[in-house]
Amino acid sequence: MRKLALADEILLTIEKPARYIGNEINSVKKNPSDVDIRFAMCFPDVYEIGMSHLGIQILYDMFNRREDTYCERVYSPWPDLDKIMREKQIPLFALESQEPIKDFDFLGITIQYEMCYTNILQILELSQIPLSASERTWEHPIVIGGGPCTYNPEPLAEFFDLFYIGEGETSYKELLDLYKEARKNGTSREAFLEMASHVSGIYVPSLYDVTYDENGFITSFVPNKEGVPATVRKEIEMNVSDTFYPEKPVVPYIRATQDRVVLEIQRGCIRGCRFCQAGMIYRPVRERDVDYLKDLAYKMLENTGHEEISLSSLSSSDYSKLEELVYFLIDNFQEKKVNISLPSLRIDAFAIDVMKKVQDIKKSSLTFAPEAGSQRLRDVINKGLTEETILNGAKLAFDAGWNRVKLYFMLGLPTETVEDMEGIPELAEKIARVYYEIPKDQRNGKAQITISTSFFVPKPFTPLQWATMCTKEEYLTRARVVNTKMKEMLNKKSMKYNWHEADLTVLEGVLARGDRRVAKVILEAYKSGCLFDSWSDFFDNDKWMDAFERTGIDPDFYTLRPRDLDEILPWDFIDVGVTKAFLKREWQRAMEAKVTPNCRMACSGCGAKVFEGGVCYES
Amino acid sequence: MKVRIRFTKLGSMRFIGHLDLMRYFQKVMRRAKVDIRYSEGFSPHQIMSFAAPLGLGVTSDAEYVDIDVLSTEDSVKMTERLNAVSNDEIRILSYRQIPDDSKSSMSLIAASDYIVAFREPALEILKQHFKAADEQTFWMAVTEKLAEFYAQEEILITKKTKKSEKEADIRPLIYQMQFRESAQSHFGDVVFEPCVFLRTSTGSEDNLKPELVMQAFFQYLGLTMPEFALQIHRMELYGKDPNEEGKFLRLEDFGWELN
Repeated sequence: MRKLALADEILLTIEKPARYIGNEINSVKKNPSDVDIRFAMCFPDVYEIGMSHLGIQILYDMFNRREDTYCERVYSPWPDLDKIMREKQIPLFALESQEPIKDFDFLGITIQYEMCYTNILQILELSQIPLSASERTWEHPIVIGGGPCTYNPEPLAEFFDLFYIGEGETSYKELLDLYKEARKNGTSREAFLEMASHVSGIYVPSLYDVTYDENGFITSFVPNKEGVPATVRKEIEMNVSDTFYPEKPVVPYIRATQDRVVLEIQRGCIRGCRFCQAGMIYRPVRERDVDYLKDLAYKMLENTGHEEISLSSLSSSDYSKLEELVYFLIDNFQEKKVNISLPSLRIDAFAIDVMKKVQDIKKSSLTFAPEAGSQRLRDVINKGLTEETILNGAKLAFDAGWNRVKLYFMLGLPTETVEDMEGIPELAEKIARVYYEIPKDQRNGKAQITISTSFFVPKPFTPLQWATMCTKEEYLTRARVVNTKMKEMLNKKSMKYNWHEADLTVLEGVLARGDRRVAKVILEAYKSGCLFDSWSDFFDNDKWMDAFERTGIDPDFYTLRPRDLDEILPWDFIDVGVTKAFLKREWQRAMEAKVTPNCRMACSGCGAKVFEGGVCYES
Repeated sequence: MKVRIRFTKLGSMRFIGHLDLMRYFQKVMRRAKVDIRYSEGFSPHQIMSFAAPLGLGVTSDAEYVDIDVLSTEDSVKMTERLNAVSNDEIRILSYRQIPDDSKSSMSLIAASDYIVAFREPALEILKQHFKAADEQTFWMAVTEKLAEFYAQEEILITKKTKKSEKEADIRPLIYQMQFRESAQSHFGDVVFEPCVFLRTSTGSEDNLKPELVMQAFFQYLGLTMPEFALQIHRMELYGKDPNEEGKFLRLEDFGWELN
């Protein structure tokens, strides 16, 4: 019988014990003593969230194809188990072998959003691994971070031995080979880390020193050892149609957030929205071959038994073979009762036709993300969606029978005025009017328009990375402006308005653009009990604010201060292909509300051409 | 065509709840490409019904699910196909056709066989109670008391419902109870030694859980059963034999092998 790390007494007392037992369909079984490298792959959030992440499934599959490596999974224990593990000193374990993480060679942590930072410390502490990288020895795993947040890894620098910057498909082979060799030769940990700094895409934070001036500005960021590269170039998989992709993804027993096959149709985005980090760091756009995708879809559905397949990309409508792919899925899988889900689709005649075939009109809604309420502000952020396009799309959908619309906006964008804010409910009103122009006997009851606003958080490597944020109070004031205006609308009864939490936004802002000094705050917040900060039930802003106070770190320095374009930014040492000169140009154009054409209309010379492929080289 | 599938739920699968087990089987059917019937409507679901949900922490050799298929291969092939896409703890033991007018397994159920072993917290209390010199005399004492307990004409327990507390006699619902030196699950890798064999009434009306019987046994000894006292394993599920009054028939024996 499979041994479990947790006793029945524990498993029968906690919520959803199936989070911790492993043995899911398609999980990989190897004998740990048959391999040279044990890799624990972690998503620092609860199992249902972590299991929904495609990146981990890709890497899990890729690592386990190596005969000398056994990759297992680990997720954040929920607070109920967290408490028990601390009381009983139970070391955190991997799902497959149920053995302690501390005995592994690598602990890889994917860092997808800022609000998981305290969960990373929980993973380390429960694993009984020293939180600070400087205190680790060969007795401990190499702790390596990856994912979008590592495009500014500095707030977490102290806690990681290595960061892998960029897409995982390319450099791990070299890193693992190097590790295996180093261990065989009895190389010291320090020497291994230094060797790793020469592997493309690998950043070793301990090999760089940062200096600050008396005002807290960075004055230098340089390697502290000879030969260590001054910049780290992001990794990128240019051959996306012949690479690692899990044909047999792991199928959880309990319902994961993404309880479906996920088919990533392309990487990157041509649009160039100025607030969007993914749109910049994943440049250039690379489409996967449509036949490769058809084959994958078939295999993954067969191997998982999932009843739904979802296409994933930043902007599906820009995939050149979208119609072919979607009609293939409908023709081949609909009669097998497979649902087809198509997020991020631009609403046009094709989308309406597809949605009619794959969705229940009565239950589904159409989604628009204008992001800003006025055309002027949409031009500032380079969101090429016009009011006309939105109203035409809405008209098409209403004529086809839909009556629910979801609208997503951001508040707190640079240059935002009261007119821009009021433009949000005004746009909703125009949409409502389009609906009520349909004769009463032909429409489907009342229109239901849901307006959601989040608050804008400037992210590294975006043209808006220099933007100033607002205070919590100011954010809420802006949400009130929207709410008040909405109540003046003729069709206010067809509208509903939700807004995001403001204090979470401010904190996310500090962590997104923070430097190494912010680590102290994260540690202090964690020690005072902060965990699962992305869960509103657990988020405790007061504890975070106390942590800033106690560590003497001023959050306003990171959020409210205007940044000079020539200031050294904590993430400047990373080369993402897209140049700082381009980002500066885009910032200037944003201030002038000038639109920049997308990659297929014209090349704007962002720098991504250096990767020698993708959209930059489409004829 | 109606088909009844018998399967195990062993090892770590004892922590998978009933709803998740249902979802698991829906995916098993798809992976094995079973030509299962779907309901009509915009969101069709597989026609599938389970016999008797197992409590969390309980293992079993006798779980049943009835499905409706449009076409099928023979029992041996289908069992193979299902096992090829299931995990090593949920094994398909049989795949049999049942009559089209057959009642659902849920409504058929009349009795279950259980193996109940004492876990550490229970053993501790029992050993303290019997103060036996060695293992052998201890188990002899337990056996004796179990027999005495079972020989009673009436076993009263207090049943708490949401509205009231009432006394109930569970003795008529216990069909068999005996001490066993060891018992083994069909798959052999789960051995219980020593343990108590129980056959109790099961179903929507007179359902008697093995925990309740053992709780009454502890009470009989003047003890309180601690938490996590038992390791329970279901061995068989029965329906009333339509041909012989008072007899039970294993649920799979309501059907026949497809050749």
